[in-house]
Amino acid sequence: MEYGIVIGLEVHAELKTKSKIFCGCSNEFGGQPNTHVCPICLGMPGVLPVLNKSVLEFAMKAGMAINCEISRYSKFDRKNYFYPDLPKAYQISQFDLPICKDGYIDIDVEGETKRIRVNRIHMEEDAGKLVHTEGYGSSAVDVNRCGVPLIEIVSEADMRSPQEAYEYLTKLKSILEYTEVSDCKMQEGSLRCDANISLRPKGQEEFGIRAELKNMNSFKGVLKGLEYEVKRQTEILESGGEVVQETRRWDDEKGVTSSMRGKEEAHDYRYFPDPDLVPIEVDEEWIQRIKDELPELPDVRKKRLIEEDGLPEYDAGVITASKGLAVFYDECMKGYHNSKVVSNWIMGELSMYLNENNMEIDECKIAPAQLAEMLKLIDNGTISGKIAKTVFAEMFASGKDPEVIIKEKGLVQISDEGELAKIVEEVIANNPKSVEDYHNGKEKAVGFLVGQIMKATRGKANPALVNKLLKEKM
Amino acid sequence: MKLNELTAHELHEKLVGKEVSATEITKTVYERIDAVEGKVNSYVTLTREQAIAQANEIDHRIKNGETVTPLMGIPIAIKDNMCTDGVKTTCSSKMLADFVSPYNATVMNKLNTAGTVMIGKTNLDEFAMGGSTETSYFGTTHNPWDLERVPGGSSGGSAAAIAADEAIISLGSDTGGSIRQPASFCGIVGLKPTYGRVSRYGLVAFASSLDQIGPITKDVTDAALVMNAISGHDAMDSTSANVDVPDFTKALIPDVKGMKIGVPKEYLGEGVDQEVADNIQQSIKQFEAMGAKCEEISLPNTEYAVSVYYIIAPAEASSNLARFDGVRYTYRAEDANDLMELYCKSRSQGFGPEVKRRIMIGTYALSSGYYDAYYKKAQQVRTLIKQDFEKAFETYDVILSPTSPSAAFKIGEKASDPLSMYLSDICTIPVNLAGIPSISIPGGYNAAGMPIGIQLMGKAFDENTILRAAYAFEQNIKDTLKRAPLKG
Ligand SMILES: [Zn+2]
Repeated sequence: MEYGIVIGLEVHAELKTKSKIFCGCSNEFGGQPNTHVCPICLGMPGVLPVLNKSVLEFAMKAGMAINCEISRYSKFDRKNYFYPDLPKAYQISQFDLPICKDGYIDIDVEGETKRIRVNRIHMEEDAGKLVHTEGYGSSAVDVNRCGVPLIEIVSEADMRSPQEAYEYLTKLKSILEYTEVSDCKMQEGSLRCDANISLRPKGQEEFGIRAELKNMNSFKGVLKGLEYEVKRQTEILESGGEVVQETRRWDDEKGVTSSMRGKEEAHDYRYFPDPDLVPIEVDEEWIQRIKDELPELPDVRKKRLIEEDGLPEYDAGVITASKGLAVFYDECMKGYHNSKVVSNWIMGELSMYLNENNMEIDECKIAPAQLAEMLKLIDNGTISGKIAKTVFAEMFASGKDPEVIIKEKGLVQISDEGELAKIVEEVIANNPKSVEDYHNGKEKAVGFLVGQIMKATRGKANPALVNKLLKEKM
Repeated sequence: MKLNELTAHELHEKLVGKEVSATEITKTVYERIDAVEGKVNSYVTLTREQAIAQANEIDHRIKNGETVTPLMGIPIAIKDNMCTDGVKTTCSSKMLADFVSPYNATVMNKLNTAGTVMIGKTNLDEFAMGGSTETSYFGTTHNPWDLERVPGGSSGGSAAAIAADEAIISLGSDTGGSIRQPASFCGIVGLKPTYGRVSRYGLVAFASSLDQIGPITKDVTDAALVMNAISGHDAMDSTSANVDVPDFTKALIPDVKGMKIGVPKEYLGEGVDQEVADNIQQSIKQFEAMGAKCEEISLPNTEYAVSVYYIIAPAEASSNLARFDGVRYTYRAEDANDLMELYCKSRSQGFGPEVKRRIMIGTYALSSGYYDAYYKKAQQVRTLIKQDFEKAFETYDVILSPTSPSAAFKIGEKASDPLSMYLSDICTIPVNLAGIPSISIPGGYNAAGMPIGIQLMGKAFDENTILRAAYAFEQNIKDTLKRAPLKG
């Protein structure tokens, strides 16, 4: 039997406000354990939470970018459970009246646009984390992360393949980056994703029994975890078995999921409205003000790059998927005219080096204006396209201006006909066999001779001039 | 009279007139404590050295010509569920027996600004859960009028300290009557302000939507003075109201002519002692003699108040007290083998039976499948109770009732019968559910010589009207008021 896949995602994103959600502590990532803390986020007796307004505004901004309706009235609730990384033994979250609801995100699936509905976005505080030290028989608690503001974005179960889930996540990340509400770094935990996945016989309306998937710590991990689950559940169903409703943990190293806890072990969180916080009321004026602050979003930017800059749809898609790349592109275009050339360098060399070094664009030492400058140096013949790659590598490593690198390393292209002619004559004289081959119609011989000339000039010879001179002299 | 027997406003006159120093006052208070504390047990912690230093500093400031403000140099007792930087805050629980707060409650900062001198931290029912101060981990507090009787609770230590002249003024907290009922049992004045009038920041939460800090004092004037010092919006407490704070002493006018006073019949029904009911009738006559108009009214949803309260308060408490889990600053069981055992044993050993009972009731009321039937329904009825009051206040300025159905009972009398203990809160609980202000003042004495309190309830944020009625009444019966007969 053939099965259809049903996937829904729950994504937690840390908001990059200056301070935490209910106290004045710094919201910066990292820091020595238990240094970004105060009586309030430590949950000391007697303390009270006061909502940081920026958290609310960041959440509204994310909601608007995800086409949600903003609740005029919402509230905070307590989610009660015991764990040593949760000092109050309850997490302040939003239960039945979230700040945003009924949104959607459009993704591209095989050239078609597909709409994935977003059920809700709610605000909550993060918990701390446990540090397990070997050999002491005990665990330590770091509460720096307690009270870091989060939004949880809950999709409908609208995705029909792991790839669609991957596309949704990618798009969601780019929207959150564009709106500058979150850093979205999965490795640092500022973006976390849980998934619900179930299978059903093709043609069946009703959803099958689902598994909840946790601990997928990268985009690739989400894809692989879901793919594994599809395989696992298919095998169960095909052998006549039944999928168990449970929470499963993805093990990235082993590439498998395993059961974490069953349905019957699910917590009763005893949600109730937090009496320490007043309900949140948002008026039209406030909503409009946040709306006015919204930046250009990825879909609009992509359209602009296609229509105004004439970029192919594929290029525009790749560049606008990352806010960092899109900004880099726009800045570069201020100093250079040819969009396709810029896009080739960004998608080619730049992305390659970033990937190789596991870096984000904002960590890159090359300024967009420097790339534009380098492209102009190619156009005016100062360096060849080949040399440019060497120059680019050095720019990436040191952040120096291209002119400086060219000067320091003596990489200026030899375009002087007299100087080059001498070298060409020398090479011809030293390689009579190849010259003979050429005259016998073996075009390949030219390639060898060009190679020899480049070797003699350490790659600096103007390729067009070399070709011209070689053919003349032979 | 000795200095420690005077009120804050009387001592203020003497400080202004340079007849006494703050240090002398403080020392006199400690002399009294040394003489009677062994019998009364008002305090969990005494802060003698700190207090003397504070008083010295005040004297120094006065000597340097600083204006003496109303509470400057006045000894105050603080209920031990308000956080005091560097001084233990135990909530009278084994769980927090060694807890020292790293910060001050907002009221403490305000009192420090006002220049009061903290004498110590007073005993209470464990985590403020109780009406007799018998559930304290540090032993029962005894009523200065009769040491075999309870002082009421949960602010029993604060009330006993004032009645025994072991402090001049004090702070209590009131979740279901915990300021007013001990004030009435100890023959003094207790005011529960409107919810949101005084910041809760630093008050160890029992039931967040009901808790409110307020004064317990020897007379109405002192209550108004303390209110002036502790009221006002606090950016640290989202539920504190951003409304203007009046000068509460402006309400101290001995005139109730034309005031309309409603007397709800539901507060005088079954279970109310005859002597208490008689005292209310007498009080009505006194108010009428002063020119007020008293009428019987009905607050029909009163009968549900105790049930509603004993769902909402434990529900909130079950969550508020969950942080006391043995992991951080609390009592920690020694013999736990894993995390679950650490939780279970620490909480089983650290909390007393009454606290455990309420945590279990509250956890049950919030459980999945029961939430709608209990917590949600209770909130709906709470709204009805609030509306009863709003309707009554369309016609009446003040509502008069007993503070408690009886005078102070014997120690141990109700300790084994939680239900009868819960029912004794019937007159005070509706006020917390409605969030309105209410004051308890002495109304008279029963045949056994124990004080009986009367309660005056007012509109939200209109403490001044009840203060005025209370002041007028107090001035009127002044000559009949007695002091606790406790000898040193
Ligand atoms: Zn903090």
